[in-house]
Amino acid sequence: MGNNDLNAIWIYLSASPLAGLTITLMAYVAAQNLYQKFNHNPLLHPVVIAAGMLIGFLHLTNTPYADYFKGGQYVHFLLGPATVALAIPMYQQLSKIKKMWLPISVALISGVCVAAISSITIAQFLGATVETQLSLAPKSVTAPVAMAISEQIGGLPSLTAVLVVVTGILGAIFGTKILSLINIKDDSIKGIAMGITAHGIGTARAFQVSSEMGAFSGLAMAMATFTTAFILPYLVRWLGM
Amino acid sequence: MQFVNGLTILLFYQLIGEISVRWLGLPVPGPVLGMIMLFITLLIKGSISKSLEGASTTLLSHLSLLFIPAGVGMMVHVERIANEWLSISIALLLSTAITLIFSALVMLFMSKLMTGKENSNG
Repeated sequence: MGNNDLNAIWIYLSASPLAGLTITLMAYVAAQNLYQKFNHNPLLHPVVIAAGMLIGFLHLTNTPYADYFKGGQYVHFLLGPATVALAIPMYQQLSKIKKMWLPISVALISGVCVAAISSITIAQFLGATVETQLSLAPKSVTAPVAMAISEQIGGLPSLTAVLVVVTGILGAIFGTKILSLINIKDDSIKGIAMGITAHGIGTARAFQVSSEMGAFSGLAMAMATFTTAFILPYLVRWLGM
Repeated sequence: MQFVNGLTILLFYQLIGEISVRWLGLPVPGPVLGMIMLFITLLIKGSISKSLEGASTTLLSHLSLLFIPAGVGMMVHVERIANEWLSISIALLLSTAITLIFSALVMLFMSKLMTGKENSNG
């Protein structure tokens, strides 16, 4: 009897989006609390912790990703309006963009190309498959856009999402150290480099250094987003992929 | 109500972006075109409404939540990552360092070039 009841509950849960949506939010709240408790240590980034917990849970309960995504898609969908919303912080930085538009544009366009070409060629050299190379290419832009670009150029959007998060965390951990090693002192320059390389996760780190570095990183992240979206499809074609 | 107003504006621009991208065959994701259109609208209008600012701040402050379902998608790629983990990690590490150093040096060079010009002009 008890087993039958459990079965009935299980059938209901796996057919409805409620469970997937609820565990996503629960994992996020738990990961966010942990992250705050450890002073925003980039190694404990909420996406990594929450996704890790959810993967563990789905494995234990033998739930396929497609069943989970019935609920997860409602959260996932909001990436679209969130991308549109990036126009607002960009507009708020307008006076800075006007003042430094030339150095910023040159650094953006060349930086975006270097990010894509270096990841593709290094992965290619080390024998990664073409899909993996293409999934790596947009790794330096914020996830919603990176995933859309990845899909467009023939990569795997969900693999790209993982690579984007790892790139952001690498930038947040090593970024400021690398920049002081090559003797960059200006916070506006550090911020631009961080935003081009490590998107939102790097920007969050930049804000911990100084508000100037954070603002420039946020600006570079927003502008790299559409620079990459415009350049990458052509760049990939040019590389003959 | 303010949040709903703001979210409606964001979704409206996303929708226009998606339609234009498909209609014109542009190589840009729909939401990115929506973002550019919204940016241009703000430039013309010259100000941001409270509801739009509120909705976008709310969404952007929980940006990490929105990545989670995609991050869980990693479980679909376990085999690929296990097979290619070395090339993926080296490519990520090196490319991140190269991009960071390169962009910083270009910014430094360009800013010096600009201030140099300003000084020589007077």
